[in-house]
Amino acid sequence: MRRITAAIAAITTVTALAGCGGGTATGNGGNKSPKTLTYWASNQGKSLDDDKQKLTPELQKFETQTGIHVKLEVVPWTDLLNRILAATSSGQGPDVLNIGNTWSASLQATGGLLPFDAATFAAIGGKDRFVPSALASTGAAGKDPAAVPIYSLAYGLYYNKKLFKAAGIANPPATWSELVTDGKKLTSGGKTGLAVEGANNSENIHHAFVFAKQHGADFFDAAGNPTFATPGTVAAVKQYVDFIASDKIAAAGDAEYAQNQSVADFAKGKAAMLLWQAAGVQLKERGMNPDDWGVAPVPVQTGAPGSGTGVNTMVAGINLAVFKNTQNRDGALKFVKFMTSDDEQKILNGKYGSLPSVSSAQQDPQFSNPELTVLKEGLAKSAAALPQVPKESQFEELVGTAMKDLFADAAAGRPVTTESVQKRLMKAQQQMQG
Amino acid sequence: MTAPTSTTTPSRGGGTGDGPGPFPGSGRAGKKPRRTFGIGRGAVPYLLVLPALLLELLIHIVPMAVGIVMSFKELTQFYIRNWGQAPWRGFDNYRVAVNFHAPIGEALLRSFGITCAFTVLAVGFSWLFGIAAAILMQDSFRGRGLLRALFMTPYALPVYATVIIWAFMLQHDNGLVNHVLHDQLHLSSKPAFWLIGNNSFVSLVVVSIWRNWPFALLVLMAGMQNIPDEMYEASAIDGAGVWQQIRHITMPSLRPINQVLVLVLFLWTFNDFNVPYVLFGQSAPPAGDLISIHIYQASFLTWNFGSGSAMSVLLLLFLLVVTTTYLAVTSRTRRTSNV
Repeated sequence: MRRITAAIAAITTVTALAGCGGGTATGNGGNKSPKTLTYWASNQGKSLDDDKQKLTPELQKFETQTGIHVKLEVVPWTDLLNRILAATSSGQGPDVLNIGNTWSASLQATGGLLPFDAATFAAIGGKDRFVPSALASTGAAGKDPAAVPIYSLAYGLYYNKKLFKAAGIANPPATWSELVTDGKKLTSGGKTGLAVEGANNSENIHHAFVFAKQHGADFFDAAGNPTFATPGTVAAVKQYVDFIASDKIAAAGDAEYAQNQSVADFAKGKAAMLLWQAAGVQLKERGMNPDDWGVAPVPVQTGAPGSGTGVNTMVAGINLAVFKNTQNRDGALKFVKFMTSDDEQKILNGKYGSLPSVSSAQQDPQFSNPELTVLKEGLAKSAAALPQVPKESQFEELVGTAMKDLFADAAAGRPVTTESVQKRLMKAQQQMQG
Repeated sequence: MTAPTSTTTPSRGGGTGDGPGPFPGSGRAGKKPRRTFGIGRGAVPYLLVLPALLLELLIHIVPMAVGIVMSFKELTQFYIRNWGQAPWRGFDNYRVAVNFHAPIGEALLRSFGITCAFTVLAVGFSWLFGIAAAILMQDSFRGRGLLRALFMTPYALPVYATVIIWAFMLQHDNGLVNHVLHDQLHLSSKPAFWLIGNNSFVSLVVVSIWRNWPFALLVLMAGMQNIPDEMYEASAIDGAGVWQQIRHITMPSLRPINQVLVLVLFLWTFNDFNVPYVLFGQSAPPAGDLISIHIYQASFLTWNFGSGSAMSVLLLLFLLVVTTTYLAVTSRTRRTSNV
């Protein structure tokens, strides 16, 4: 009996060790299977199927040009990060993949993505083709980028022209105090001034980040350590939560929104304003008449948008990365080159309503409609990239959740004070470990 | 294969390890050395269970062992690509998890407390509904089959689909629950939130009971079929009422069934991940922060797999202790009551 136990122990140990080694990387990939590529696309369209329909013709073009067949899988946002983590730890994954650009530094730290050094950039046509602000969100400063941008986005203030007119408001607000004043005028009879996505962690931290910038604060210090609960960040978070808590220009029910219900509410005319990234295509798909809405720059505290405390949008967007364990490195880079070529940038971003991340493609007249002009301006002049630190994804999770809880407090009518915000943010900071 | 084995195998051969002595069969075989066969025969039972053993290892033991190994490592995003290189942290992950004065330990303890309360309520009511329905349906009546099928439905449907329907029903603005409670019955002054804030605990308990009580019903119904009708008849002749029958016949007869049922319900409910995950999404509200979701957040969402593993191991230990104690206590009371 003892022998059996010993044998089991031995086998267990051996297999366990083998299991641990399962994630061992096999170097920088090779070119063992030069004829196929697997591409994980993020969900940019209204459904996974919509994405497939939009991407497939382009992938066929690539196949005709290069003879490389691209296997497409559109991965929903709820799964994407988990799937990437699983792929990274097992070494089995796609060849090319989309990542949310705010994850760049976090995923860069795993070492699972192919760094874009000078030679790699040369293989895809050069680094200076890309829009500088979009390149700012591709990895930690001083390191070779972990990805290249393919779709660029920025936040804008979408407003309902009809409701504004009915409330006697001539122009969209340029500062937050104007937004609150207007919002109060617009909030009546079951309609609200603003729609927010209170239970959506990503949306929450995007806004917290911009508000913090406007208060001269940051969620990380220069060394990459969390500074979640400084007076500036507390004021930032409180200002955003106050839209429900004290200003009451957003519906209490918004505290529960996490599946783009705020876009739906805006499209239906239930809310008069919405802070969103390139919402145009979505609003059209939800049946809102394009003449009924306008876009203005996201408000600031005082003055005009610009750098420093004039920042009014994050650098939003999607990056394209190459998985380090790819068995078709050359093909993967060809694919990246194809996807970031002028033609494809125009076609793809045209389909998704986003902005090309390549300067020459951005000049195309189709990206100069009123909506995209506002977003382009924002991206060029008053945008800041989210902290490019490895702990960014933890920040999204912890601060995002803290804000969701604060919104829940506000919705239930419990007071949201500087102290309560400070306490939640401090708790979030203390939960950052390692 | 043949000759050299005789020098090495005896020390390993199970049960025949007394040196290369003359076996009864070896002399008879003459030229052929049959020693390997003799040793092999001792190994046959082990060889037969070997596939099962290997599968058991592969499916159960290895993942658990890997989890335990991980819990001693600093397995963060910097090392997931190459686990082997993750530095050992000794008991640090555990120390952080059980330091109830620090935020991480405090949050874990809080989540543990919520999970305990949730489990007690959910299991208690599931069992109560199950036994009540089983007793009511013990005698046959018209439509019993239909009713049974109806009661079983929540259990037969896929978890995800049903819980997502609950999530829709519990929505603040357009949910059916608020529509009925607030718009139709005017029970509250303003519509309540069920998926965020403190009510989320209630939602969780209700959905869990709704989901699990049919299982209790199923098991208890099966158990009741083994109670001979004569016992009820005899007790009726002795003048026992319904309550006395339940107390003195039904419940004692169901004791072994209940022992297993409550344990299984406890383990399922305590570890439940699907219901809170589908109901609340990745970040559960504080009042609905069940331990499985909490651990998921501590590892997957913050990319600290070592810490998450340590919490899982602690959970495993806790469940082991509870299960063993439970079985020991209930078995003893059963034995004494049977005497």
